[in-house]
Amino acid sequence: MKPAPFEMHLPTSVSEVVALLDEHGDLAKPIAGGQSLVPMMSLRLASFEHLIDLNGVSELNQVSVNGDSLRIGAMVRQSTAEHDPQIVKSAPLVAKAIPHIGHFQIRNRGTVGGSIAHADPSSELPAVALALDATIEAVGPNGSREIAAKDFFVSTWETSLIDGEILTGVRFPIWSGKCGFVVEEVARRHGDFALVGVAAAVQVDGSKVTKAAIALFGVGGTPVRASEAEQALIAGGTSADLDAVGNLAAMNLAPSDDVHASGEYRKAVAATIVARAIAKALKEAQS
Amino acid sequence: MSRNITLNINGAQHTVDVEDRMLLSDAIREKAGLTGTHVACEHGVCGACTILLDGEAVRSCLMFTVQAAGHEITTVEGIAPAPGELSVVQRAMQDNHGLQCGFCTPGIVTSLTAYLRDFPNASDDELKEALSGNLCRCTGYMGIINAARQAQKEIQGSAK
Repeated sequence: MKPAPFEMHLPTSVSEVVALLDEHGDLAKPIAGGQSLVPMMSLRLASFEHLIDLNGVSELNQVSVNGDSLRIGAMVRQSTAEHDPQIVKSAPLVAKAIPHIGHFQIRNRGTVGGSIAHADPSSELPAVALALDATIEAVGPNGSREIAAKDFFVSTWETSLIDGEILTGVRFPIWSGKCGFVVEEVARRHGDFALVGVAAAVQVDGSKVTKAAIALFGVGGTPVRASEAEQALIAGGTSADLDAVGNLAAMNLAPSDDVHASGEYRKAVAATIVARAIAKALKEAQS
Repeated sequence: MSRNITLNINGAQHTVDVEDRMLLSDAIREKAGLTGTHVACEHGVCGACTILLDGEAVRSCLMFTVQAAGHEITTVEGIAPAPGELSVVQRAMQDNHGLQCGFCTPGIVTSLTAYLRDFPNASDDELKEALSGNLCRCTGYMGIINAARQAQKEIQGSAK
């Protein structure tokens, strides 16, 4: 047994979870799929007095379309989001991000909400949420609230969820018309943490680019939206200079050095993969 | 904290006393005595401890035992159709020299069994990607890939 001792709680409803979090305060941690949390506990990078297991809370497993958004419950497994026909159709960027996460055995257990709440800077789904202007739903001691993705990610493993709050679901806007969705990343090996990655979506009308969404990950403490690059793409249309768009996306990044890659290298890769992702997305939208 | 729970492993009920922090991989080996599930990295990278939880391949080192109560666990010991027989995947591993030291084999057998059930028509690249979640430090990957291809052909054939 490698993790430090703790007491596991096995609630079956969101209200029970919130009551348990309220009771145990910052000695408690909710556990979703556990695919990041359990390794951190086994490596003794993290320890808690209480774990609150969300796996028995069936109300967090729902997927639904409400008007122009797709809602994915926090505990929907990543493997479900990868293959579920409704998710593949309504939020293709989510489905396309998932194969980059670990391996299929990890995705069978890992959840959509867990990945977003964990807010690892190199993970894919936070960038997808930011790119698509998703809405995060949270429930806590003061009731429920909604948080825009752009206000959700604060820094490495840190979100704007307050003490006692849990993420219950994420609403992704549904894009209509002729669209292309691409997730590109560079990692040492497939399934490893991304050195740099990008989630990109475009909507085209003839030679016009009517919507563009670009978010990078692995380049800082949070995913980063490339607004200037999006504007340049919309201004330039389908024949925009994509290398210039890529350079704009990378221009203001200041990724740090680590054993895997230098910051300078990450920045260069960011420019290249943004250009590559947009090229692919445009091609998909026009096909 | 510890508690008394019942695990359903390969169709048999095991009532065990476990600490809340006990990883499922440890309980399978130490409490249920089923040592076919191997433990190597213990943080989800190597795949040796892969089991089937309600039929889905998952890392047993990335779950706590108390989370598995009420679920159906299948370990490598539960893959063969009957004692003395081999499953399609196991036979393919044997036929293609898909194992050398054998340490990674239980995780590969459980993973491939679930993957080929769900994706019998996977492309060769998809098959390799599916295998990428299991590390073999003998690096006998060609034998493993060939075993996966043979098992896939047999499964496709029997579905017709």
